[in-house]
Amino acid sequence: MSDILVYPSGPQGDLLITGARLLDPRGGIDATRDLLVRDGRVAELAEPGSLGRQDGVETIDGEGLHAFPAFVDPHVHLRTPGREDEEDIDSGTRAAAAGGYCAILGQPNTDPVVDTAPVLESLIERSRTEARIPVGFLAAITRGQRGEELTEMAELADVGAAGFTDDGLPVASAGVMLMALRYQRLAGRPLALHEEDPALSGAGVMHEGAVSAQLGMAGIPSVSEAVMVARDCALAGYEGGRIHVQHVSAAESVLAIEQAKAAGVLVTAEATPHHLCLTDEEVRSLDSHFKMNPPLRSEEHRRAVIEGLRSGALDCIATDHAPHSREEKEQPFEAAPMGVTGLETAFAALHTELVLPGVLPLGLIVERMASGGQTFGIDAPSLEPGSPANIVLVDLGAEWVPGEPGYESRSANCAWDGRRLTGRVRMTVAAGRVAYRERSFAIGAVA
Amino acid sequence: MKKHLLSIDDLTREDIERILTRADSFAEVSGRTIKKVPTLRGQTVINVFYEASTRTSSSFELAAKRLSADVVTFKSAGSSVEKGESLKDTVQTLSAYDPAAIVIRAPYAGAAGLVARWTTASVINAGDGKHEHPTQALLDLYTLWRRLGREALTGLNVWIVGDVLHSRVARSGVMALGRMGCEVTVAGPPTLIPRDVESLGCKVEYDLSRIGEADVIYALRMQRERMQGSYVPSLREYAARFQIDGRRLSPSQLLMHPGPVNRGVELSAEVIDSPQALIVQQVESGVVVRMAVLFELLTGGDGDEGERAGEPVTRDTEPQPA
Repeated sequence: MSDILVYPSGPQGDLLITGARLLDPRGGIDATRDLLVRDGRVAELAEPGSLGRQDGVETIDGEGLHAFPAFVDPHVHLRTPGREDEEDIDSGTRAAAAGGYCAILGQPNTDPVVDTAPVLESLIERSRTEARIPVGFLAAITRGQRGEELTEMAELADVGAAGFTDDGLPVASAGVMLMALRYQRLAGRPLALHEEDPALSGAGVMHEGAVSAQLGMAGIPSVSEAVMVARDCALAGYEGGRIHVQHVSAAESVLAIEQAKAAGVLVTAEATPHHLCLTDEEVRSLDSHFKMNPPLRSEEHRRAVIEGLRSGALDCIATDHAPHSREEKEQPFEAAPMGVTGLETAFAALHTELVLPGVLPLGLIVERMASGGQTFGIDAPSLEPGSPANIVLVDLGAEWVPGEPGYESRSANCAWDGRRLTGRVRMTVAAGRVAYRERSFAIGAVA
Repeated sequence: MKKHLLSIDDLTREDIERILTRADSFAEVSGRTIKKVPTLRGQTVINVFYEASTRTSSSFELAAKRLSADVVTFKSAGSSVEKGESLKDTVQTLSAYDPAAIVIRAPYAGAAGLVARWTTASVINAGDGKHEHPTQALLDLYTLWRRLGREALTGLNVWIVGDVLHSRVARSGVMALGRMGCEVTVAGPPTLIPRDVESLGCKVEYDLSRIGEADVIYALRMQRERMQGSYVPSLREYAARFQIDGRRLSPSQLLMHPGPVNRGVELSAEVIDSPQALIVQQVESGVVVRMAVLFELLTGGDGDEGERAGEPVTRDTEPQPA
């Protein structure tokens, strides 16, 4: 797909998926077909039963299942190096495969921070043997993510940085941001931005609104995000730079991005499943599984994010998968760290909370989940013949409870932990290799 | 010629050629045992340096002495500037000595222009902030002229590489080279190239992949201070991308640098010592070109007031009655 991804090695097996309903909105495919994968590519789409038996090809019974282009997540915290107890490259890419992802991009807020070529190179090296699906990495914009001095962005890009971000922290200084946008001409990779004005978010732990007023917890106003989005859109427009706004949570941010796009600014943006599906009402439980940054906001903001996704103001869905250890999360809400896991539940949550109630169509969710890498040069997967085989096989009717079967991730801090969801990934093919088979499905296939 | 040399903009192509030709004749004087001509005998030249300078101040001093002028060099350290005297008061004080010329370097753009309003002397800009350094551009032209011949400047492809943003040498150089018909490209990290610099009449490159097109590579000094303020992430990455070294400098290209060089940053040691390097010749050119500038301004510059429209007339003649 792209030279910024590290591909797992190992044999590619040819596959015939029979009788599945194929849905690839971008490729204009919406029909029941047999899908043949040969040599890592979609070789043929044929009327069910018409291909006959294929020698040396494993047949997968797709009857009653949906096949989509697999998903790409540009925003994953793999916690490696430094917190391998929370996630590592193996577990993180397994979790991604279990969620239907065929490629992910890791964030650089690790320990040490990915701010020099040697750290990035060692991650790339480890990924060659540990990753289950193609994986790429972003590097930091500033050294140590301190927001002061630029990293050696040109060298980092040469080594393979997919982009640059200080995610977890904003680039607070507009002057440093402008320098980064200028220097971007040398590095030639997008800047992915965690938008938050620390002077406004302060010590906040949740959305500033009715719920924070009642709970007596410090609020993070929606404008703490929106003013930085507007600032950085203005700077990117001035400098002709390329930016990607991460985890948009506020209505005002959606508006600022819409306006910037209309003005020709090279900006893309992502929304997370949790900001699309949940609100600050969840925080009334004081369960730290609903604590993340940016915070879950009010229904009005959630609606605006949904509409932004529908209109295209927001280009893609990203999980911001942020593993934390049990002991860190098992604390009072205010003391717990920010972040929730999301790779394994993203599709099921969006299907349950948005598609089934008729808020957003299935095709739109599939398209926005598959297009997450485009900003960074990763082509959106497709089911069209000739495309690399990146396929997710889903049972839209299957109900399950996240956490009950355990997680592939090393961490369990999932916002949907213990909640019934409808829609289960049965199998994921990433870059021509079967990267994941759901256990019961794998057993069924053998029988 | 105008009375002052504040900017390359003060010079026509003919003025520049006259200065370079004059410098050539002074080069002959410099070859003599007694390197002196009596041209400016009895006249006073005052050098006023508000910034550290080695080669510019010493070459101006030598130039004036070789023309037999009386020379006073005044540096801000140890002067009444440290006691808080303003630029204007200092200039008016020094003007009381009735100098023929004041050579001024100051850390502010336009400082030389201000001095020109406050004195009756001819004013030569020896560097005003990050704005201009016209005599450097002239000596660079002269160095190329000597090396390549008079006709070779037209169409000559010159790349100015490095910290253009903070460089008065680059700004005067772009204008002077352009005036002589050279094709000028400025190259460097985008953080150190001024926005809209194309308006000066040069092309812009943000990498050196096409530097093979250059006939002359003019490297600029990369100052350590630029690490603060995030202009570049590190000298290491700067050098990796923009250092002129043996791989980037071909045997057919000439290399220039205004000095002082940061070895191993903007230039590698091998190219500094290569036969293509004109760095020593540039220093040599400094004296004769500054002699020529002093000569042209102080003897040839009868001065057409009309050329300096807009400048207040503060010469030693009485103002015309209205």
